[in-house]
Amino acid sequence: MNTQTDNKPIIAVRNLVKKFGSFTANDHLTFDVHKGEIFGFLGANGAGKTTAIRILCGLSAPTSGELTVAGFDVYKNADQIKKNIGYMSQKFSLYDDMTVWENIRFYAGIYRMRRKDIREKTADLLKKLDLEPVRDKLIAGLSVGWKQKLAFSIAIFHSPAIVFLDEPTGGVDPVTRRQFWEMIYEAASNGITVFVTTHYMDEAEYCDRVCIMTEGKIIAMNTPSKLKEEYDTDSMDEVFRKLARNVET
Amino acid sequence: MEIVIDTVSKAYGNTQALDEVSMSVSRGELFGLIGPDGAGKTTLMRILTSLLLPDKGRAELAGLDSRKDFKALRNILGYMPGRFSLYQDLSVEENLTFFASIFGEKFDPDFYLIRDIYAQLAPFKKRLAGRLSGGMKQKLALCCALIHKPRILILDEPTTGVDAVSRKEFWDMLSQLRQEQITTLVSTPYMDEAVRCDRVALIQAGKIMDINTPAGVVDSFKPELYSIATPHIYQTLLALKEYNDTYSVYPFGQVIHFIPTDASVSPHKVQDYLTKKGIEAVSITPALPNIEDCFMELMQDEHTNG
Repeated sequence: MNTQTDNKPIIAVRNLVKKFGSFTANDHLTFDVHKGEIFGFLGANGAGKTTAIRILCGLSAPTSGELTVAGFDVYKNADQIKKNIGYMSQKFSLYDDMTVWENIRFYAGIYRMRRKDIREKTADLLKKLDLEPVRDKLIAGLSVGWKQKLAFSIAIFHSPAIVFLDEPTGGVDPVTRRQFWEMIYEAASNGITVFVTTHYMDEAEYCDRVCIMTEGKIIAMNTPSKLKEEYDTDSMDEVFRKLARNVET
Repeated sequence: MEIVIDTVSKAYGNTQALDEVSMSVSRGELFGLIGPDGAGKTTLMRILTSLLLPDKGRAELAGLDSRKDFKALRNILGYMPGRFSLYQDLSVEENLTFFASIFGEKFDPDFYLIRDIYAQLAPFKKRLAGRLSGGMKQKLALCCALIHKPRILILDEPTTGVDAVSRKEFWDMLSQLRQEQITTLVSTPYMDEAVRCDRVALIQAGKIMDINTPAGVVDSFKPELYSIATPHIYQTLLALKEYNDTYSVYPFGQVIHFIPTDASVSPHKVQDYLTKKGIEAVSITPALPNIEDCFMELMQDEHTNG
């Protein structure tokens, strides 16, 4: 949670535009995210969330605009950005045909962590998640809930400044979902900034602040409570429905 | 009873997908099967649609046995599988014509069951199904499932992956179909959709934990439930986890939900404890449970989650 915030935002985006041919996927996005904040990036499929997240991760170049992520310029220092962030998505996270322990070692290796650190942190992690008994089991045999928790832990294993969670939850039971959010809270309280995209509006209620996108534009940005107050409703679902017209293009 | 499920079990290897499931659905009812991924919803629906045989138990729909009478049964069922399974390289209109012809019918845009839904699809009737948005795909799939005037409609997670606007529209359509005396069994992982059903079954790990009306589920929630609002959510969670009088505590969106071990634990006492822990600016108020609270309480009853 954003108990203490630096004045300088950890993510600063000014007038981000991304075009694919004549199609504008991101249309002049401007926003800041602060250190330790849980920032929700919401919108329907096709709203432009994935395009923006790819740019923030240094995987795709913007058409125009000014962006710094973890203090690095996306045009000049994309490689530095990649080293200082973690990433997790529902679709791509862990290798099914590698064991729990191999997955941890693999990702830690990619981030060039020292062997001693890997060994120590792996032991801590397995203990914390109660995964010791299955450390040599293939990922394929784990439940969705465990995969999510492990994938998140691996995404922050190298202590990144920011972790990007691209549609991380969904489909798990309400208890498992809350255990996952508790992990997110813990990371945020340790100063990791959490940038989460989702199209499940009820997930938005767990964020410190959310930004809602439709058709490439930001149409609202505030705390969930303020948005619900503003739109005079008790659910983020209803806020979204009031904001977004269902336009088929 | 329009659908009768009698002690149905199904295992895949060591995984017990359904464990002696029994329930029934009345004619014309809009019945929700609510549970997370892996609960057994799809397996149950595949057994009801005669696409899968149970290891034990039996199912009867409109008086037809899902095993013996499968041919007759398939004619009176409308089924929307979880994965979009229309022809992506056929247009909206071509898909409808194709599905109508399978059942020996003609596609008629004015057919009373699909008229209102098709009206929304009509502007895109020449578009390939694969090029529709998620919400529109679901509407087309529903049209295709309704085109032969089924007596029973079975919908497997029709709103998964669909945005909030389309989800609401989809449920509005199901409510309308209820007027037509069609029995609908619909599954969903979204707990908040339970309120749109006449009755729901809460399913987890192959077992039905409760069958009731949405209001009945909430009414049968026994414990005292408190909502705790604080800017220090994580610290408060940690503190309450090691509190002696805590039965359960979990984040609930912008607040924390807290259940004390017994009703005699007053909010004051909790507040004092938190103050001692250095957590200020906390407000503790009694809260009404919703379906998610009930689901978690039932899960805790069943077994400790691993």
